[in-house]
Amino acid sequence: MSTIRRFSVKSLTRVEGEGSLRVRVVDGAIEIAEFSIYEPPRFFERLVRGREVREVPDIVARICGICPVAYQVTACEALEKTLGIAVTPDIRRLRRLLYCGEWIQSHALHVHLLHAPDFLGAESGFTLAATHPDLVNRGLRLKSIGTRMMEVIGGRAVHPINVTVGGFYRSPAAADIRGLLPDLEWGLAASLEMITEVSRFDFPGMPHDYDCVSLRPAAGYPVDEGRIVSSRGLDVDVADYERHFAERQVPWSTALHSLTVPDERPYLVGPLARVNLCHDRLPPLARRAAESCGLEFPLRLSAQSIVARAIEIAAAFEEAVGIAREAVAEIAPCRIDYDLRPGVGCHATEAPRGLLYHRYEIGDDGLIAHANIVPPTSQNQAQIEADLKAILPTALVLDDAAATHACERLIRDYDPCISCATHFLRLAIER
Amino acid sequence: MSLSLPWANRDNAEEPFRGTPSGFGLFTMIPKPRLAVFKFASCDGCQLQLLEAEDRLLEIAAKVEIDHFLEARSQVVPGPYDVGLVEGSITTAEDAERIREIRRQCRFLVTIGACATAGGIQALRNWGRIEDFVSSVYATPAFIDTLATSTSIADHVPVDFELRGCPIDRGQLLDLITALVLGRKPHVPGHSVCVECKARGTVCVAVAKGIACLGPVTQAGCGAICPAHDRECFGCFGPSESPNLVSLTGFYEHRGTPRHTLVRLVRSFNGYAPAFRAESDRLEAKST
Repeated sequence: MSTIRRFSVKSLTRVEGEGSLRVRVVDGAIEIAEFSIYEPPRFFERLVRGREVREVPDIVARICGICPVAYQVTACEALEKTLGIAVTPDIRRLRRLLYCGEWIQSHALHVHLLHAPDFLGAESGFTLAATHPDLVNRGLRLKSIGTRMMEVIGGRAVHPINVTVGGFYRSPAAADIRGLLPDLEWGLAASLEMITEVSRFDFPGMPHDYDCVSLRPAAGYPVDEGRIVSSRGLDVDVADYERHFAERQVPWSTALHSLTVPDERPYLVGPLARVNLCHDRLPPLARRAAESCGLEFPLRLSAQSIVARAIEIAAAFEEAVGIAREAVAEIAPCRIDYDLRPGVGCHATEAPRGLLYHRYEIGDDGLIAHANIVPPTSQNQAQIEADLKAILPTALVLDDAAATHACERLIRDYDPCISCATHFLRLAIER
Repeated sequence: MSLSLPWANRDNAEEPFRGTPSGFGLFTMIPKPRLAVFKFASCDGCQLQLLEAEDRLLEIAAKVEIDHFLEARSQVVPGPYDVGLVEGSITTAEDAERIREIRRQCRFLVTIGACATAGGIQALRNWGRIEDFVSSVYATPAFIDTLATSTSIADHVPVDFELRGCPIDRGQLLDLITALVLGRKPHVPGHSVCVECKARGTVCVAVAKGIACLGPVTQAGCGAICPAHDRECFGCFGPSESPNLVSLTGFYEHRGTPRHTLVRLVRSFNGYAPAFRAESDRLEAKST
């Protein structure tokens, strides 16, 4: 007689959005390890169809309240390519500063309030505040600086209103950007220290040779542009994304997984993938801090993503300090005009959680005819499940509560943004 | 101390409730309220405003018991709760059930944001065929468990108070929590964005620049940030008190804004709020 053991985490906590985990073990063999999504889909790719080009950045922002800038900037760049226009270096720098703000607030939230409790034995940032007040307060301050950057440049932190196809509705005042400098300099110093601190955490789990995938630009650390590179030697233009990666259905799950094609393997996107592929591109202070901790790349434990995030917070601050120091005047023009014309264009950027790909088609009527959006969490889903299957034999020695805790921790390492992915993933229904 | 909720024992009758949030009369001081945060179809941005409260976050955490907040903490204390903050819209049969149970668990239910108060941007599906929406994103539509509509929380259960916005304003959220602790009315204005523009000295983009702006019919709360950035208000906070949309869109149309552009402008993040919905339907019917 076979014995079937089931356990599930009905509601994953300390992740953005709501998801669950289901594991079924039959006679000791793992049959299902499914990181599933119970958030209902919102059909964003359909929602933008028939809308005006200028409405797209505002609509796609609503995919995610935590990384709206990633969606806005990717959409703008993709639509600018479709329209055959290029923005000025000033506009590009301002977008990059805005994007740095989003990285800082998103990473600072995850590192201090969502992830650190796992390493320090707390159930949340609220309880951590009692035992490690300095750490939590630093996290809250770092996050508030990122938020402030988004407000100064984007007009609002959650769903900025100043980002548009062609640039910005209005240039922020140079004095306001330079006014950020004292906080940015403090943030840089604090985040450099943080790298040392989190690199001393104890990292559980099994090392993996991840197939890391990220952008790699001609110069600098990947944020808003670059070619797509991987640990296995891929090096292609973003226009070829859909030839090398595809969303697939697996027999035991109704969740879509992004896999590499043609070899159909999971891959890793996000902070860990970026530092592994582009640590040579980190700005000098962040790179030196990472090196002085004795980190050896590639980092091979998913839990070390907290170190990758800390490094990236420092890198974002370092870059932001450089951009803010150079802000001497309002940028003019702050927006490049365009004529509507039919066409197709795509772009990818590095959202806080990893590579984000958008493709749009503008129809003869000048409205959006088609959209394809692949968020980072749906790309990581296959890798998360592969990692779960790898740790389950060890975890299953534990009782259900401890085993689910271990699995939940692993999922949290990825900082999955279920709100983003949900709109593109199938719901998992057992039939 | 008990709150006198008119529907406390209603056990949520079968007919959907549709009405204005009952509002202020219910505010009674709750010394350390037990707070729960729930999420339906949404982007997380509104509940994030609670975590965005940065410097005041730990202060709030000391004033209320945060008993259910999946995004922020692992500890989950079972209900009933004094206050439930609900983000997101109802888009599945399961969620329509879940909100009824949450209503039973919460003495005071507050909807936060455009999804919860009006159905959100995903309510655009309400004007189309759901089959088209599902099949345009998913290869095997049969697996998708979804309702044909995205509707507000108040379409399903009685709601005590609502905070508008896409996203809600952090200041209004903090004020609401403070009001609950102190037992006073929250300060939520019902006037339009125009008042905020005048207060901050922004030159009217509709008058001076000919931009079709929803400021005159949109509830204040955002600080009139869009006109201050030389662009139109696109209605994040939903309809203001007694909005005159017919007059406003008539003016813009007369001045040259195409009617289908006006339909799209009114039909966005709060497009399914009754006043906005009626106007986009009216404009569309005129075109055909």
